[in-house]
Amino acid sequence: MTSQSSTTAAAADGDRSARPPAVTLRGLTKVFGSGGTEVVAVDNVDLEVVDGEFLTLLGPSGSGKTTVLRMIAGFEISTSGTIRLGGADVTRIPPFDRDVNTVFQDYALFPHLTVQQNVEYGLRVKGVGKADRRARASEALAGVRLDGYGARKPTELSGGQRQRVALARALVNRPKVLLLDEPLGALDLKLREEMQVELKALQRQVGITFIFVTHDQEEALTMSDRIAVFNKGRIEQVGSPAEVYERPQTQFVAGFVGTSNLLTPQAARTLLGQDGHWAVRPEKIRLLAEGEPIGPQQRSAAGTIGEVVYAGPSTRFLVDLDAGGRLTVVQQNLRLSSTDVEHYRGNRTLLLWDREHEFRVG
Amino acid sequence: MNFSAGSRWAFRLLMAVGLAFIYVPLAVIIVNSFNASTVFAWPPREYTTRWWSDAWHNTGVRDAVLTSIQVAVISTLIAMVLGALLAFALSRYRFFGRQTLSLLVILPIALPGIVTALALRTAFRTILGIELSIWTIVVAHATFCIVVIYNNVIARLRRLGTSLEEASMDLGADTFTTFRRVTFPNLRGAFLAGGLLAFGLSFDEIVVTLFTAPAGVTTLPIWIFQNLFRPNQAPIVNVVAAALVLLSIIPIYVSQRLAGESTGGGRI
Repeated sequence: MTSQSSTTAAAADGDRSARPPAVTLRGLTKVFGSGGTEVVAVDNVDLEVVDGEFLTLLGPSGSGKTTVLRMIAGFEISTSGTIRLGGADVTRIPPFDRDVNTVFQDYALFPHLTVQQNVEYGLRVKGVGKADRRARASEALAGVRLDGYGARKPTELSGGQRQRVALARALVNRPKVLLLDEPLGALDLKLREEMQVELKALQRQVGITFIFVTHDQEEALTMSDRIAVFNKGRIEQVGSPAEVYERPQTQFVAGFVGTSNLLTPQAARTLLGQDGHWAVRPEKIRLLAEGEPIGPQQRSAAGTIGEVVYAGPSTRFLVDLDAGGRLTVVQQNLRLSSTDVEHYRGNRTLLLWDREHEFRVG
Repeated sequence: MNFSAGSRWAFRLLMAVGLAFIYVPLAVIIVNSFNASTVFAWPPREYTTRWWSDAWHNTGVRDAVLTSIQVAVISTLIAMVLGALLAFALSRYRFFGRQTLSLLVILPIALPGIVTALALRTAFRTILGIELSIWTIVVAHATFCIVVIYNNVIARLRRLGTSLEEASMDLGADTFTTFRRVTFPNLRGAFLAGGLLAFGLSFDEIVVTLFTAPAGVTTLPIWIFQNLFRPNQAPIVNVVAAALVLLSIIPIYVSQRLAGESTGGGRI
């Protein structure tokens, strides 16, 4: 376990190229339907996932991320392109001969089997002996804090518990790669946040490569070593959470990961003296206090506060710029209360941000 | 929907009348099978179990029961195999002519029984040149029994979806192991329920049987039909009818329990 966790730690340090790829996708394409009704679900995707990495495929529904996952699992056969697991080409190999396991969105627990039998299933069909099977399944259940639940049927468990059984059922096989298809989607917010932390810790502990599909940008930013952002069957950007969030390379990524805060080309020319599309993240902008000086590395913009939205820990101001367009500003509510907030609407204001936080998109 | 108290009572009354119309005559049959009067004077003044014992010892009834059971069991078994295979092919694979095939499978249940009966008789005798026998009845019954099995199994397969099968293959089970360990256990209820319904359908079928049975082979419904207008047989006909009512309730009840039991939990 120790050697595995140290390699995982190395992944976070950006030492990726030194380690062998767990999954390699080359020119992967999937076309559904035929004749006049063809839909290109995945369009020429290249991707390399290194051993021990937590990689998230992030994108809106219909962006092709789930289809990529299903092709890696072997449930869909690619129209063209190759999939390699470790060194071996598995493009045409059926799912039961691939060393990957999947955690399904609807868990897909076998309703006619007990929790213990569900977890033992993979070992059983591979011919692992009864005693060994039982021991490993119990260990896997303990690993997801479900010891003592073995005799229950899946229907007798809560959503979060089913989720953990699905995880144990996959991990007990010690696959090279674990595929997770929006596994937290059906859980309520609090449980989801707990499971995010738990999943990440589990992945560090077992050192297995995780490929995680989600449409939730926050989930992707919290858990991943790297994120691949999908749009219309293609990968728009691959990078660490910080890279994807702070330096989005396309307008789509800027808009999908975090709040879209684009300056109009006109405003960019007036305020920054630059052409093209520029953006600043809402939490990087402040409302200037009266009499506060503006530093040389800072940028200011005058405007009128249009809308004020109080959201508990923070408040969102929508400011109409004099230079044209509208920017969203998010402020932590250090002193503000919901009643104070109302007085801001319609006020003139000066916005302030550091130059290093403005970035060009597209 | 909201209804006034008056209309609620009107609906309840209508329902009671409707149900009474179905069940009172059935109850009369059962009561009459114990009626001591040979002309079934109503209300019965005396009760007897003599007719039941007569029926039990009547060789015509015994032979008819055995023939009916034989036909129903064999045609149900044939239909279970073919119907389940059809349901699998049509729900799990995409191929040319799939829609047409699915219509052709269900159609026999909509066609008038007498037309099916006539068509089968013609096919057996004129086209294939086969002597009518118990086997022609079996084949004829299997044609409509398939529909019942097919409908039950395909409905369950649709509700089951494919994710359990995918999960099984993902965990290393090949196609056959997946069927044996995952698909079939989740299908068993619907499969057996379909089988019981098919058995019931075959057991009391008369039109198709009349057209495809040779002289001398009598199923229970045919025996009733033949003895209906013989006054001295009337008490035994009543007993047989009453026994049929009780016997048909059992498979329907069991099949409902089976169909309900494995769907109760829903998909996990």
